[in-house]
Amino acid sequence: MSGLGFKVKVYMMKIITINKEDWAKGLERLCDSFRLFGPVKQDEFHNFRQLVKGELPDLNLLNTRLSAKSMVYPQSEKMFEFTLDENRDDHHILKEIHKDYSPKAVIGIRPCDARAFLLVKENFDTPEYKDPYWIKSYEATTWVGYACNTPCSTCFGTTAGCGPFHEQGLDLLLVDAGDYYLLKILTQKGENFLTAAGWSSKADSDAARHEIETLKRAAEEKITARISTDKLKDKKTTELFEAPFWEEVAFACINCGTCTYVCPTCWCFDIQDETIGLSGIRMRNWDSCMYPIFTLHGSGHNPRNTKMQRVRQRFMHKLKYYVDKYGDGIQCVGCGRCIRHCPVNIDIRKVCDLMNNFEA
Amino acid sequence: MLAYIDKIREISRRLLQEGTVDMVMGFRKGTVPMMNEPCFVKTPEDVDTFVWDSNCGINLANYLTNRQEKIGIIAKGCDSRNIVTHIIENKIKRDQLVIIGVPCKGMIDRRKIQALFETEIENVIEADGNITIKGRGLEKTLNKKDVLQDNCALCIHRNPVIYDELAGDLVEEQKDVDRYEDIRKIESLSPEEKWRYFDDLLSSCIRCYACRNACPLCYCPTCFVDESRPQWVGKSIDSIDTRTFHFLRAYHCAGRCTDCGSCERACPMGIKVRLFTKKLEKDCLELFDWEAGMTLEKRPPLDTYRPDDPDDFIK
Repeated sequence: MSGLGFKVKVYMMKIITINKEDWAKGLERLCDSFRLFGPVKQDEFHNFRQLVKGELPDLNLLNTRLSAKSMVYPQSEKMFEFTLDENRDDHHILKEIHKDYSPKAVIGIRPCDARAFLLVKENFDTPEYKDPYWIKSYEATTWVGYACNTPCSTCFGTTAGCGPFHEQGLDLLLVDAGDYYLLKILTQKGENFLTAAGWSSKADSDAARHEIETLKRAAEEKITARISTDKLKDKKTTELFEAPFWEEVAFACINCGTCTYVCPTCWCFDIQDETIGLSGIRMRNWDSCMYPIFTLHGSGHNPRNTKMQRVRQRFMHKLKYYVDKYGDGIQCVGCGRCIRHCPVNIDIRKVCDLMNNFEA
Repeated sequence: MLAYIDKIREISRRLLQEGTVDMVMGFRKGTVPMMNEPCFVKTPEDVDTFVWDSNCGINLANYLTNRQEKIGIIAKGCDSRNIVTHIIENKIKRDQLVIIGVPCKGMIDRRKIQALFETEIENVIEADGNITIKGRGLEKTLNKKDVLQDNCALCIHRNPVIYDELAGDLVEEQKDVDRYEDIRKIESLSPEEKWRYFDDLLSSCIRCYACRNACPLCYCPTCFVDESRPQWVGKSIDSIDTRTFHFLRAYHCAGRCTDCGSCERACPMGIKVRLFTKKLEKDCLELFDWEAGMTLEKRPPLDTYRPDDPDDFIK
């Protein structure tokens, strides 16, 4: 196994039509066999959360504010519990916390977020190391993608190895065709989901395929932002590392964690023990390479002590180290969240082009 | 306000040509609507990258901390007050700075504007106190006054309080502004209601610290939330830890906050974090007749003691 390419299963692709009333009924039926999650609007933006029975995912959205990564990899995740009570035989022994890995379905995930899981998988599920929490949660999930008919203005997915109708990492792809949905079944998991939902009106597959293709092309044409990544691989790491543009790129950065927390492909975490009285838990929390303490050594030495070093790290990781290590493109799917939410407007598209075009 | 840019460029060019400063800090055009990026310019040829419009809300004083160069800095009213605070707190020296004052008429709130429309805003044009927004099948002109950042709508110090050069004529200050209506409302709640209110307010916090890092006051080498020996605050999104962070950060800003709005502007989750700092601002005004950053001549109330300091709260 190369470990590089994504597993692409050849599957007899089936497309069904769902009218919008049947959509709700099917989701209600699905509640019996799946925990359902979907985008829900709170305040002024959408985020993923579990849906209660009868609640519909709100599909009237561009994209969620935070990515779908928390569906597998929550911001704070309890791993173990322990007691410090020395009167108990099991004191100071870590015990795994029971978690619910029963089947769940994430409905309305955008293709960019779904593909992002595959990039993250390269880290959490390797031949050598397997992250049990991530893998169990990922595998328990059926991914019901929602094609972007109108991509965000900051989307650059089509030049970041993704796209508004991209299917990698999805079990089903839902396409809004106006008065009805088209649902493309992509995997056996997707087939099982369909059976549980009970939607059955098979579409004329040629016509439906054509309809999806037309919508896909229209959506792709709306994406005007592009990046170039073709030369990154051949750049010398040390030359890029020493490039003179980093000071300017990093100037505006305030070293908050926004870009890393909204990013679907940022995977770093920090492990913490917390105790209340004599009982405690060990948990992991998202961490961010933007923070000075991310790399602070016990000795007091900090190898990335300046803002410029940290900003450089983030872009070098996504656009160079990852490219070299996995041979599968950049560690970015082009969702554009970091661009939209950076408080000081640092734009990865500009940085990527600077790196790609850099001549030492 | 748009007219300032020629003057800003002219002054910056001169300062760089004459070698009065090593760099000028300002803004360059952003890559998304209603956003500009803080930047520096080191050569006279590059001053044309500077822009000025209603999307320059970031407080540039934040970029001065502990710098050693001679710096030209473009300063709105709030930036100038934070420069004063920085000088008082020894984070920069007055003689390192050439302050290019910009009389301000307020910055617009990109989230407030986007929330008015279902369609994504893709282009924004500003002219004559109006903001015209465009998106797919959308074109609408808004009055800038209606879409200001909350802090700008209530601002009573639009003119820089300290400057060496001016990029335009001083503007009339807003009068009869009730700055604390929202705070009085919170003050009138019962303790239980307040608790619930703050819990709701902070429920979407992701502990990214954008509010802290956008704030010119938050320059501690190690923030208390980052201390590990001892570790004062947990790092998860537990609501007690999140509250602790926000409450304590606000208290650290007491008597120093200029209500520049950077924290709120930076928050990716749209949390109204100014509600905390404004309460302390109100207290400082009522108890000590103090507004932060107005003068280099007086020490702030929280680093001085006077026998007649109010002490009614000590029971």
